[in-house]
Amino acid sequence: MAEKTYAGVTVNMDDEGYMTDASQWTKEVAAEIAKEDGLDLTDKHFDVLEFIREKVSSGATLTIRAIGKSGHTDIKGFYKLFPGAPLKKATKFAGVPKPSSCV
Amino acid sequence: MKKLVILGAGTGGTIMANKMRKELARDEWDITIIDKYKTHYYQPGFLFIPFGMYKKRDVIKPKADFIPYGVELIYADIDKVDGENNKVLLQDGVVLNYDYLIIATGTKIVPEETPGLKGELWRKNIFDYYTIEGSSALADFFKTWEGGDLVLNIAENPIKCPVAPLEFVMFADAFFVERGMRDKVNIHYVTPMSGAFTKPRASKVLGGLLKEKNINIIPDFYIEKVDNENKKIVSYDEKEVPFDCLVTIPVHMGDSMIGRSGLGDDMDFALTDKFTLQSDKFDNIFIIGDAANLPTSKAGSVVHFSAEIVFENMMCSIEGRPYTAKFDGHSNCYIETGFGKGALIDFNYDTEPLPGFFPFPGIGPFGLLKETRMNHYGKLLFRWIYWHILLKGKEMPISAHMTMAGKKTHDI
Repeated sequence: MAEKTYAGVTVNMDDEGYMTDASQWTKEVAAEIAKEDGLDLTDKHFDVLEFIREKVSSGATLTIRAIGKSGHTDIKGFYKLFPGAPLKKATKFAGVPKPSSCV
Repeated sequence: MKKLVILGAGTGGTIMANKMRKELARDEWDITIIDKYKTHYYQPGFLFIPFGMYKKRDVIKPKADFIPYGVELIYADIDKVDGENNKVLLQDGVVLNYDYLIIATGTKIVPEETPGLKGELWRKNIFDYYTIEGSSALADFFKTWEGGDLVLNIAENPIKCPVAPLEFVMFADAFFVERGMRDKVNIHYVTPMSGAFTKPRASKVLGGLLKEKNINIIPDFYIEKVDNENKKIVSYDEKEVPFDCLVTIPVHMGDSMIGRSGLGDDMDFALTDKFTLQSDKFDNIFIIGDAANLPTSKAGSVVHFSAEIVFENMMCSIEGRPYTAKFDGHSNCYIETGFGKGALIDFNYDTEPLPGFFPFPGIGPFGLLKETRMNHYGKLLFRWIYWHILLKGKEMPISAHMTMAGKKTHDI
């Protein structure tokens, strides 16, 4: 558990750099966290991040498949937006817990 | 007469039919259970079939044998549930009314979700072992296979029994060693997760085991398609893994009936309260087992533990009392590691698998998160327990709730 400051906002984070309080999230915070990972967020990124935040706050399990069906992007596009490990990166920037991808 | 209808006569449905029939008076309650298939499969046994350890006859029995006297068993396809009007519509036009409904329709593999998976190599060089047909076809294939790249791929989570793919590759290692051809077989474990398992400590221990057995882990691989012509699997970010034999764990979905009834998520898993095990939509519908969208394993042990919770809460509801049972996501899985040994993990929503002893602290007889011979015998013995005790809803000496007794929480 650590506190870090992004865009003038103090946010609580776990050991892996995932925000532990989704209410501390702002677009500016997201942009700075993403920048640390070498990624500049565009409107397209934010569409996906907003979708993820909505989905998680409704209690739904988050899967890459669900994002592919979200209408904001397809799975291939999702990989292009967040290269490497899209779900892990996108959840980190969206200020929601790392998906456990079930057990 | 009041009516309880149970959809699905697999592990969960059968246990509930037995438990509820014992509890509910016959002159007050009718119980009906519906399934489209007549055969009950001991699904944990599918893993053993490709390696010739079990045959088909070892894992099948008639469903009807396990449904108690006083429960009506109907073989039919379900069209949908009309939750507003407390009705179940069958595809042949029959309509059943219910006061309470239990959904236990499980999950199934949907290889069609991955392009090319059911292409020309299906059941020739590409096999699943989550069906009796797939595991039997793979057994035949292995009898004459001369070796090459054996690729196990998990298409997507959640899957039934998340440890089964690990068991498969470890069994494969032992199988090919015993046949004197391990040097001709490269085993690859290709997963969309970032390691061998989802939970950190278990992932470390199990990942170490795979390494010891010279099994190559390829993490963060999310399959897009199968290239049948060039015999390779391709991920969304264009990584490729060639195979001579592909063993796939295809995408899993719930029964499409759940989607048609408006009770599910986008994978047709029923939206379920993770503590009470009630449907999110209707108070008189309970969900048990793989059909639920719970954030825990899709595993027989979860079905068994949650049966006690569904039973207790349903009785509370019927008798107008507040709910007393709360599910903790308890899961308990034997993991076959090959060469007559096994490991065991025990965990829930909040506690990851930890090392220690089970069920008696310091004694066992089973060891948690480590390889022992006793764990392997536990798994073999379990088949008998399944048919004779578990399906009949009898008491077992294991609590529905996970306990920390016997678990070590410090680092390993």
